[in-house]
Amino acid sequence: MAQFPRYFTIWQKLGLSGVKLTAWLVLLFLMAPILVIIPLSFNAEPYFTFTEGMVALDPDAYSLKWYREILSEEKWLLAIKNSFYIGIMATIVATILGTTAAIGLTRSDMPFQRMIMALLLSPMIVPLIITAAGMFFFYTQLDIAGSYIGVILAHAALGTPFVVITVNAALAGFDYSLVRASLGMGAKPVYTFFKVIMPLIRPGVISGALFAFVTSFDEVIVVLFLAGPEQRTIPRQMFSGLREEINPTILAVATLLVILSGLLLLTMEYLRARSERLRSAAV
Amino acid sequence: MSNPELTPDEIEQADRNRRRSKLLAIMFVVPLLLFIFVTFVAPIGTMLYRSFYHPTVSELIPNTLEALDDWSEEGSDLPPTPTLNIFAVELKTLFEERLSGKLAEEINRSYPGASSLIKSTARKVSRADTAELETAGAALLLDSHPKWQQVELWRSIKKAGSVFTADYYLTALDLERDPSGEIVQRGTRIYLDLYWKSLKIAFYITVLTAIIGFPLAWYLANAPTRVANTLMIFVLLPFWTSLLVRTTSWIALLQTNGVVNSTLQALHIISSPLEMMYTQFATVIAMTHILLPFMILPLYSVMKGIDPSYFRAALSLGAKPIPAFIRIYMPMTVPGLSAGALLVFIISIGYYITPALVGGTEGQMISNLIAFHMQSSNNWELAAALGSLLLLLITLLYWLYDRLVGISNLKLG
Repeated sequence: MAQFPRYFTIWQKLGLSGVKLTAWLVLLFLMAPILVIIPLSFNAEPYFTFTEGMVALDPDAYSLKWYREILSEEKWLLAIKNSFYIGIMATIVATILGTTAAIGLTRSDMPFQRMIMALLLSPMIVPLIITAAGMFFFYTQLDIAGSYIGVILAHAALGTPFVVITVNAALAGFDYSLVRASLGMGAKPVYTFFKVIMPLIRPGVISGALFAFVTSFDEVIVVLFLAGPEQRTIPRQMFSGLREEINPTILAVATLLVILSGLLLLTMEYLRARSERLRSAAV
Repeated sequence: MSNPELTPDEIEQADRNRRRSKLLAIMFVVPLLLFIFVTFVAPIGTMLYRSFYHPTVSELIPNTLEALDDWSEEGSDLPPTPTLNIFAVELKTLFEERLSGKLAEEINRSYPGASSLIKSTARKVSRADTAELETAGAALLLDSHPKWQQVELWRSIKKAGSVFTADYYLTALDLERDPSGEIVQRGTRIYLDLYWKSLKIAFYITVLTAIIGFPLAWYLANAPTRVANTLMIFVLLPFWTSLLVRTTSWIALLQTNGVVNSTLQALHIISSPLEMMYTQFATVIAMTHILLPFMILPLYSVMKGIDPSYFRAALSLGAKPIPAFIRIYMPMTVPGLSAGALLVFIISIGYYITPALVGGTEGQMISNLIAFHMQSSNNWELAAALGSLLLLLITLLYWLYDRLVGISNLKLG
C-alpha cells in the first residue's frame, strides 16, 4: 500500500497515513516490552534497568552470569525439569481425551451437542483462581494435592478445551464417507483411525497439543495452590522471584522463554500453512 | 414417519443403525466428559459447597453444641450450668490438642474480642483436671472473665457451630446480621467496592484494547498478504509468550528505576521518577498489553472478510470518508468487535497474576482477595463465597458470549 489512489484528497492521504502510523505504534507497543528484556538479561549489574555502561555499549557492562546462575541453581534446574515433565504428561492426557471427544462431538447424531461443548470448554473460561481454589479443596480430599499426579490432572483439564477446539476445526468439512469406505473394505476401526482420520486431522491435533502444552507450561495459579515445593515449575519460580528478590536471573529465564515461544510460533505457522494446503487440495 | 418404499424390517434396521451410530458418538465423548467431571466440575462443586458448608466449629466442640441445642438463644438467660461444664471440658481438650487457637479465631469472626478471651480462658481451664471441670467447670469459666456472662457471646458460639450458613455470602456482599437477626448493610464496604473496581478495570482494559486494536487490525486486514503475514508474527509472538515473561517486562519498564523512568530522565523530560509500579495504572497497561491479541485476532478475521467495495461505493456515491467509515464500515466489524470485547472482558475480570505482581494494593482485583483469603487469612469459606459470586458473573458473560458469538466459533491463533 505504498501509493495512494490518485483521486485521494490531501486529508484522505493524511488520515490514512495517520492510521498506518497508529498501527505501527501499536505493533511497537506489542513488541517493545518483550524485546526490552533480552538486552537487560545480559546486564552485568544486578539491576532491572539499563546501566550507563550498557547504553555506551561497553562490553564490560554485559555478562552471561545470570545464565550461568540458572545452570548452577538447583531450584531453577528442578523448575525446568518439572515444567517439561508436567507439561508433557498433561499434554498427552489432554490430547488423547480431547481428540476422541472432538471426533464424537462433530458427529451430527451427537445429542446435547451445544451443552456438552459449553461444558467441555468451560475450563478455559472459568477464572483460574476459582478453578485453583476448587481444585485445592477437592484434590486435598482425594489426597492428591501437593503431588505430581494432582498438578498433571489439573493441567490436563485446563488443556483439553484447546485440543477440542483445534481438532473440531480440523474436522470441519471432514468427509465421513472416507471412514465408511475404509470400514466397508474391511479395515479395523483402530486401523481406520490411524490411517484415514489421523493423517487428515494431524495438523489440528498437533496444534491442539501445542496449545495444551503452552497452557500447562505457562500456568501459575493452580501450581501455586496445588503444588508442593517438589513440583515448583518455571512460572511458579518466577512468580516467587518477582515477589521476593528481583534479580536478572528472572530476565535470563524470560529471554529463554521468549526464544521458546518464538519456536512454538514458527511451528504453529508451519502447521497452519500445511493444513491450509491440505484443505485447498481436498476441495 | 412411515415410508411406503421400505418394509418394516428395513425401517427397524435403519433405526438400529442410527441408534448405534449415536451410541458410538457418545462413547467417543464420554471419556473426556468423565475426566472433566472428576478433575474440574467436582472441584468447582466442592468450592460452591464450601461457601455455605462450614463444619470447623462443630468438629471442635461437638458436645457443647449438642447441649446448646436445647438452649434458646432468644431469651436473656445464659446456657444452663451442665452445658457450661461440657464446654469447659472441651476447651481443656482443645487446649491440650493445640486447637483452642483455631476455635478462638472462628468465634472471633462473629464476636470481636473473643479470640484473646478464649485463648486465656483455655489456658486457665487446662490447669484444672477433667473430673473437676465436669462438675465445677461452669463456675471456673464465669469467674475467669465477665464476658462469659454475656448471652451475646453464647449466641455467637451457637451460631458459629451451625454447619450450614449463608453468612459468608452476606459478608461477601458487605451485609451482616444485626443482633435481632435482620440483614443490614455493613459499616464499611469492602467486597462490593472490589467487585465494582474489578468491573471498572476490566472495562477500561476492554475499551483500551478495542481503541488501539482497531487500527492495527484494520491495517493488517488491508495490507498485502505478505506484509500482513509478516506483521501478524508481531501480534502472535506476544500471544505465545509466557504471561509471566510479559509481566516481568512491565516490571522492568515501570519500576521506579526502570527503563521508562531512566529514559525519561535521561531525556530531561522529567526530573524525578514517576511512581508507576504498584498502581492501578500499572495493572491496566500491563493487562492491556497482555490481552491485546485477544482483541486483534477476532477483529482481524472479521475485517478480512469485509468487501472493500462497500466503502468505495459509499465514497463514490458522495459520502464523506469519516461518516462513510462510521456508518458503512464500522457496523460490519461489530461481530469481531463484540467477540473480542467479550473475550477480553471475561478474561480480565478474573485475572490474578498481573494485578498481584504490578498492581500493589490500588490495582488489586477480586481474584487477589480470593487468593488472600485462601492463602493468608485462611478464611476458605469466605474465599469460596467470593469465588462463587465471581463464577456467577462469569457464567452470565459466558452465556452471553455463546448467544452472541457461539462458543463453537472460537478460533485460536
